[in-house]
Amino acid sequence: MERLVVIGNGMAGARTVEEILERGGRDRFSITMFGEEPYGNYNRILLSNVLSGAEDEAGIFLNSLPWYAENGITLRAGVRIDRIDRFARTVHADDGSVTPYDKLIIATGSRPFVPPIDGMRNPKRGYHQGVFTFRTIEDTRGMIRYARDHERVVVIGGGLLGLEAARGLQQYGVAVTLVHAAGHLMNSQLDAQGGAILRKSVERLGIAVELDARTNAVLGKEKVEGVRFADGRTIPCDMVVVAAGIRPNTEVAELSGLPVERAILVDDHLRVLDEPDIYAVGECVQHRGQTYGLVAPLWDQAKVLADHITGRNPTASYHGSRTATKLKVAGVDVAAMGITAPEREDDEFVVFAEPRRGVYKSVIIRDERLVGATLLGDVSKVGFLMQAFDRGLPLPEERVRLLFDLGGPATEVSAAELDDAAQVCNCNGVSKGALVSTVHGGVKTLNGVMDATRAGKGCGSCRSLVAQIVEWAAGGEVEQDPSAAWYVPGIPLDKPALMTAIREHGLKSVSAVFDTLAGGKEDAKSKMGLVSLLRMMWGDEYEDERGARFINDRVHANIQRDGTFSVVPQMKGGVTTPAQLRRIADVADKYRVPMVKLTGGQRIDLLGIRKEDLPAVWADLDMPSGYAYGKSMRTVKTCVGSDFCRFGLGDSTALGIAIESKFQGLESPAKMKLAVTGCPRNCAEAYVKDLGVVAIEGGRWEIYVGGAAGAHIRKGDLLATVDSPAAVITLTGRFLQYYRENANWLERTYSFVPRVGIERLRALIVDDTEDLGEGLDSRMEAAVGAYRDPWKEGQEPVVPGQFRTALPLRSLPLVPVRAGNGAVTGPVPAVGSAVAGPSNGGAQ
Amino acid sequence: MTTATMEHRLGSVTALPVGEGRAYPVGDEMVAVFRLRNGELRAVSAVCPHAGGPIADGLIDAEVVMCPLHQHIFELATGCSKTGQPPLKVYPVRVDNDELVVGLPA
Ligand code: SRM
Ligand SMILES: Cc1cc2nc3c(=O)[nH]c(=O)nc-3n(C[C@H](O)[C@H](O)[C@H](O)COP(=O)(O)OP(=O)(O)OC[C@H]3O[C@@H](n4cnc5c(N)ncnc54)[C@H](O)[C@@H]3O)c2cc1C
Ligand code: SF4
Ligand code: FES
Repeated sequence: MERLVVIGNGMAGARTVEEILERGGRDRFSITMFGEEPYGNYNRILLSNVLSGAEDEAGIFLNSLPWYAENGITLRAGVRIDRIDRFARTVHADDGSVTPYDKLIIATGSRPFVPPIDGMRNPKRGYHQGVFTFRTIEDTRGMIRYARDHERVVVIGGGLLGLEAARGLQQYGVAVTLVHAAGHLMNSQLDAQGGAILRKSVERLGIAVELDARTNAVLGKEKVEGVRFADGRTIPCDMVVVAAGIRPNTEVAELSGLPVERAILVDDHLRVLDEPDIYAVGECVQHRGQTYGLVAPLWDQAKVLADHITGRNPTASYHGSRTATKLKVAGVDVAAMGITAPEREDDEFVVFAEPRRGVYKSVIIRDERLVGATLLGDVSKVGFLMQAFDRGLPLPEERVRLLFDLGGPATEVSAAELDDAAQVCNCNGVSKGALVSTVHGGVKTLNGVMDATRAGKGCGSCRSLVAQIVEWAAGGEVEQDPSAAWYVPGIPLDKPALMTAIREHGLKSVSAVFDTLAGGKEDAKSKMGLVSLLRMMWGDEYEDERGARFINDRVHANIQRDGTFSVVPQMKGGVTTPAQLRRIADVADKYRVPMVKLTGGQRIDLLGIRKEDLPAVWADLDMPSGYAYGKSMRTVKTCVGSDFCRFGLGDSTALGIAIESKFQGLESPAKMKLAVTGCPRNCAEAYVKDLGVVAIEGGRWEIYVGGAAGAHIRKGDLLATVDSPAAVITLTGRFLQYYRENANWLERTYSFVPRVGIERLRALIVDDTEDLGEGLDSRMEAAVGAYRDPWKEGQEPVVPGQFRTALPLRSLPLVPVRAGNGAVTGPVPAVGSAVAGPSNGGAQ
Repeated sequence: MTTATMEHRLGSVTALPVGEGRAYPVGDEMVAVFRLRNGELRAVSAVCPHAGGPIADGLIDAEVVMCPLHQHIFELATGCSKTGQPPLKVYPVRVDNDELVVGLPA
């Protein structure tokens, strides 16, 4: 096998390797990749979204570390190549290693260009600590951290990157000034008129803009205090971001004697001039005098290189790319391609400008071909223009049709009209043809097509076009993602089918379900949902496996950010006694509980308890669990009601306590939060609960279901009005049981009720049109009968080490200790960072 | 690339329930040891590289562990993250005379 070495694990390097693997490269080459960063390859484009908070860091990785291993690639992450020995055919790395190659690919990309500006660097310490560039994950993290506790930032550079940086930084509450040396923004893509309109739109977002401003000094010795322009003006600031362009990384090539001008010189096969075995690709190359700073050309280059190096098509050649750009800034739509102004006398130039709305559109046509276009404020025509520009499509006789859709069902036409070779996803280089053939190959869901082709997984701006094409290719028969209907991701069955199978086979434990219904393949992500379902179905007969439970349900408390737990004892209806309060106070003292807090659920939370202390805390409290950690019945909030309140129409407190006593701790697909309020003034917020009860005049009670005031706000639907507390309890039991049996995992009532429809629920539950009532009642009675306070386990742990600490010895972001006056006295909490998924492990 | 490994005995394997993990201080490190359903053992570093979460408290299957704090996922055999985080360290682990034995670089 030939040894293939790749220097650079960025977008071009990794993509080229993927193309090589696709052409059977795995059998031909043993591949080694070097990358300076200590991880796999990420989508650099999306750093703008990470900065603006629209995307998690975790979401932008393209090739994770396992990907390399799975494809037989040796990844030397975090290792830099210093030199190539062309004669010995080896590369020398900064860790001293020497690696031989038969074929070499250089994909070293580029780095930010920082113009010479006084005071930017401290001769001893390098860059001033308040000065940033914008190229890598580290840069992005650094900016976010710094922006959070600083006030004013100056972004130097009014191009694409500068605009994205400016917009992103606004999220952290800093005042942003964008400083540009030229006379208008994005001057390499826009003409002056377009630039002026863009400036207005940017200013409307709250970003100050300074044009014709050549920065020549950063002021401030210890910290950044401002910037000064060549004309002597100064602007105060405490942070500076430089986005003034890029320079190809050519040092290694130069030092090794390869031909370099502005970048590494390559021929039409992407081979370095006069070097039969060395190729270069990406931003570090100069091809026919051109260098590129966008990804679309890299995809073209990667394909040609792969065709050539694998021998798949030894004559494949690259003829340069025509680039188009889009700005990924929320609130400003800009797309531009080709030249910005007519250059020849007979160039046709069609312009539309509506500065008040921030709309500007222009096209430049030469010899019946589109050679330039600019769209600002309204980019609805970008799809067609990009294709016309790229492929030289024939243009409509009425030029205005290039700028506007004049009647007709425009979008349908455009999906059908697009050329097969037209590139739809510019981030990942996916053509319409690739999407269509994926659909015809049997993938009929949008997510499936996106996973298979990676279309739409870059900046996301093409997602609606991808959806249209998939729909069109599937002849309107796009399928819903089947897994979307599964109860849990690891078992391909929806809830009714899963319950039937469980019942038929008598599956009473999570592992029995995996063994029988998933071929023995366990799935960590499915366990929590299965535990809940099995407990609901089998009650007492359920065979418990502790490892299948989420940590909260193993130790009956809610895990905190520092690995300690919170303890919320039951306080039915929000009613407590002096004796309970004394016990809680004693426990708080004895275990030095960092924070004692009244919750939004009308009870008391002891936060920051160590796992190993839980059993003793429970024993000392001598109160049952409040279930503030599980997907289960939580609380019934009440108001004071008729006993004390001068407006009270019913004894809401007593009814609330009765409901909580009856249904305490019931597991369910998602949290169930209830309330009973003594009159329509609604002091217990019953209109916005999973189930809320309101006392009304005449001794009657209204029951509302499907309300919420959390992440979603929804007023509940009136299920029934009844005459007695006993009737409330019966209907509550029926509704909760119907919900437990029919809702999807993690589907709160605020989604479930509208999905099923209140009329149907009323028919089933109140009018009992299908004779479900008796069954629901009896299954609910059985479930209620199986209740056992889980905190009793404190005395008799179920498994060895149940309450043993898993806390690392290393110090963690500790939860602060709060004194009664609210002042933080302990360590300050670390700032949370990226979150991988929905907080389905959560408690409240 | 061989570095010397030092073995540490962590007590009886019966203290580690099937399907769960426990954390053990070993020298200056914290090691999370898991007992898979098929009886095999896995040992990885006990601190989540994402935000310091307690890995031993995570849900597992035959391949991965899911950190309880933000549900980042790591392969038990390699330590590699499937959700773009830096990897966990992995350690050799075996049973000797009913005792857990884990190897750390000396
Ligand atoms: C402690 C408490 C805040 C407080 O100090 O008051 C709280 C704390 C948490 N809530 Fe809450 N919620 C608390 C009352 C509420 C309320 C108000 C209420 O219950 O009346 C709501 C709105 C009602 C609702 O649920 O719709 C509420 C809506 C949420 C939500 C949004 C749920 C939704 O789908 O809309 C979440 C996130 C989730 O469930 O995924 C959440 C999640 C959380 C979690 C569990 C986050 C997590 O996953 O770790 C918090 C745990 C903190 C911790 O460190 O233990 N909490 N949370 C309240 C405990 C109530 C109790 O005694 O049981
Ligand atoms: C914030 C931001 C937003 C962007 N948005 C867009 C956009 O919307 N659209 C668009 O088309 N483009 C965009 N770009 C540009 C795009 O990201 C680049 O064109 C692309 O990343 C270039 O790929 P590359 O592989 O050539 O270089 P890189 O991705 O920089 O990869 C270079 C790799 O080489 C490695 N390396 C360098 N030197 C050595 C060495 N000596 N030894 C070992 N490894 C080495 C580096 O570590 C890195 O892994 C954006 C860029 C940024 C920074
Ligand atoms: S989930 Fe949000 S609102 Fe609820 S307690 Fe935590 S921080 Fe507060
Ligand atoms: S700390 Fe482990 S996922 Fe966040």
